[in-house]
Amino acid sequence: MNDSQSVISASNLDLTFQTNDGPVHALKDVNLEIHKGDFVSFIGPSGCGKTTFLRVMADLEQPTGGTVTINGVSPEEARKSRAYGYVFQAAGLYPWRTIGGNIRLPLEIMGIPRAEQAERVQRVLELVELSGFEKKFPWQLSGGMQQRASIARALSFDADILLMDEPFGALDEIVRDHLNEQLLKLWARTEKTIAFVTHSIPEAVYLSTKIVVMSPRPGRIADVIESPLPRERPLEIRETPEFLEIAHRVREGLRAGHGDD
Amino acid sequence: MMGWVLFAIVAWLVGLSINVWLARQKPSRWAALASPVVFGLTLIAVWEGVVRGFDINQVLLPAPSVIAARFATSLDILWVDFVQTVIKGALSGYIIGCGAAFLTALAIDRFPFLQRGLLPVGNFVAALPIIGMAPIMVMWFGFGWQSKAAIVVVMVFFPMLVNTVQGLQASDAMQRDLMRTYAAGYWRTLLKLRLPAAMPFVFNGLKIGTTLALIGAIVAEFFGSPVLGMGFRISTSVGQLALDLVWAEIVVAAIAGSAFYGIMALIEGRVTFWHPSQRN
Amino acid sequence: MRNIIPVLTVVGLLIVVWYGAAVALNAQWARDVAARADKTLTFSELVADTWSQDKPKLPAPHQVGAELWETTVMKKVTSKRSLVYHTWVTFSATFLGFVMGTALGTLLAVGIVFNRTMDMSVMPWVIASQTIPILAIAPMIIVVLNAVGLSGLLPKAIISMYLSFFPVVVGMVKGLRSPDQMQLDQMRTWSASGWQTFWKLRLPSSMPYFFTSLKVGVAASLVGAIVGEMPTGAVAGLGARLLAGSYYGQTVQIWSALLMAAALAAVMVGLIGLIQRLTLKRMGMA
Repeated sequence: MNDSQSVISASNLDLTFQTNDGPVHALKDVNLEIHKGDFVSFIGPSGCGKTTFLRVMADLEQPTGGTVTINGVSPEEARKSRAYGYVFQAAGLYPWRTIGGNIRLPLEIMGIPRAEQAERVQRVLELVELSGFEKKFPWQLSGGMQQRASIARALSFDADILLMDEPFGALDEIVRDHLNEQLLKLWARTEKTIAFVTHSIPEAVYLSTKIVVMSPRPGRIADVIESPLPRERPLEIRETPEFLEIAHRVREGLRAGHGDD
Repeated sequence: MMGWVLFAIVAWLVGLSINVWLARQKPSRWAALASPVVFGLTLIAVWEGVVRGFDINQVLLPAPSVIAARFATSLDILWVDFVQTVIKGALSGYIIGCGAAFLTALAIDRFPFLQRGLLPVGNFVAALPIIGMAPIMVMWFGFGWQSKAAIVVVMVFFPMLVNTVQGLQASDAMQRDLMRTYAAGYWRTLLKLRLPAAMPFVFNGLKIGTTLALIGAIVAEFFGSPVLGMGFRISTSVGQLALDLVWAEIVVAAIAGSAFYGIMALIEGRVTFWHPSQRN
Repeated sequence: MRNIIPVLTVVGLLIVVWYGAAVALNAQWARDVAARADKTLTFSELVADTWSQDKPKLPAPHQVGAELWETTVMKKVTSKRSLVYHTWVTFSATFLGFVMGTALGTLLAVGIVFNRTMDMSVMPWVIASQTIPILAIAPMIIVVLNAVGLSGLLPKAIISMYLSFFPVVVGMVKGLRSPDQMQLDQMRTWSASGWQTFWKLRLPSSMPYFFTSLKVGVAASLVGAIVGEMPTGAVAGLGARLLAGSYYGQTVQIWSALLMAAALAAVMVGLIGLIQRLTLKRMGMA
């Protein structure tokens, strides 16, 4: 157990949506602590609330019960103080701005001086291995490269927390492997706290220090697995028995959640 | 006379084959420009041939050569009419109308309630025969160019409003969520995301407006005009059966209309360079 | 349906603004008349006067309503003063032109989509036809057609047809070409003939585009019919009423003709919208 501080803390978190087809209990009684420097994956089938939980942390949804704090303050205050960077499923880059322009977008909004903007753009492009692509337009880049630019954009203002919603879901497996490796290296270099939503069991096990297995109807946490794998992980680790054992435990957790239907 | 008919047929065949050949070439800018030019020239040649070959009454349908001659001798009249109708009437009305519509769209953007009420009403008004308001405008603003500009304002206002409102709704939820995570306020989000994303729609409205403005200014003059203006010239020339002058005015109208639309399309290309429709 | 209250609110606001504007625009005349009679008007007298003038700059809604009632319900339909008669004249030209324009537009679109030669040779004609501002030469067209013996309904209908065929061609070409490559490939795997692909895939896919362009086309047809009524000495139809009212300074007559034209447009577009909803619903595309 590490005794680093708790960065994200959810207590009895509850969220019910009112939809045209009746109320949807998206999150029920969620309790979770995420510590500084953790890489936490959220995995589960559709409707288990993993994206909803991420959005609550980002102040993009409001809970209907319980509390959640980011860095000790409410999600709204955390959002206003730009405590986190958010990466969506789609890159969502503005086609009318160059890659450099897109990365500068949050910096412009946050009032960072222009000279410093240029330096930050260079730094984060280098982190995601897109140096030299500053003047290109998004449509000139492949899907994988666009997503890397989107991650660079989320890193540019040095928030300590990164919230990522299935960022690699739309990419093919080979690109995905490469990006997973890069993300781990990035995490090691920057020491950020990362909350990562995914559909893929190998991805969750490979990337995380902690895996949160969720199940649907109502959305709740089924299992929290602390990963014994070392922080330094080459891709080959995915074929080791320890890896497979964790993956097995995740799969069991998912099945149990499903079996409640 | 048969010679002329033969000329028409040959001209049509030649023009058609050139265009078919052009269509088979690799798409290029000059081919895209050459095609309508060839088409236009063919049309003129066929027209000339048919009118002379079938001995059609030149009063009813003058040949292009006659029209060209009349055009050359009437440049001063045509210029004065152009300034009156296009510059004073159409252009000023266009700028006021499109500007007002754009600002109105921004104003009601903050009130979804008004939007929901205004969009159906706006779509409805855009379908009405606005030109029917021309006599009313003449009564309010007099015979001068101001009443024509007023008609143009009404004609371009609603299509521009509807398009701008649509454009402002064009940015998707994910983009707006991203702006929320940057704690960007309403104005920042408007300036950096929603306005650029709205540009394709705004230009659609602007382009539609160019045709409406010109037609509106000309037809409004049928309802009352001082002794100049393209609409005035057309209606009086029809009365005098001087149809060659009518066609000369039409040539000016067609050129002005195409140029106006073309300039808007050019600006659109530069502003919305990023849109898929511009990239293909 | 959730739009009903906002729409009614906007319409209600517009009527209030209308009454207010009537006061503003007609006040000068009222004051002038009172000044000549050496009277000054109280505010309520001013308002009452501005809402009941003979030749107001802006007639109040109830004045227009009264005129509409007078010329529709209170006149025999066959009388030359009846607004219903005039509306019918304009409507017949509009409808005929619209039907011809839709038929022409659809045939051209089918030809353009199926025949490369037609695509290359006809499409330029279609586009070029719109650079000539036909409304601007409506007077000339009427005069020329009259000279060759066509008068009355047909010349106006031809102008309407000219204006409505273009949106139909453009819309239908887009619609007939809208099925994506995957669906077309599927038809190929079933060895469907061009005709079968047309009836079972292309035509149904084009229905949304078809109805949208019909709405634009019918509105354009109406404008064409109204403008076409003006040159021939303004005898019959809503355009003629507009012109006559303009010549004789009969503002209330102008406004009532305008409102009738607006109502006609609304009814036609609304009918097409209704047919659109019913058809698309049956096709599951609503």
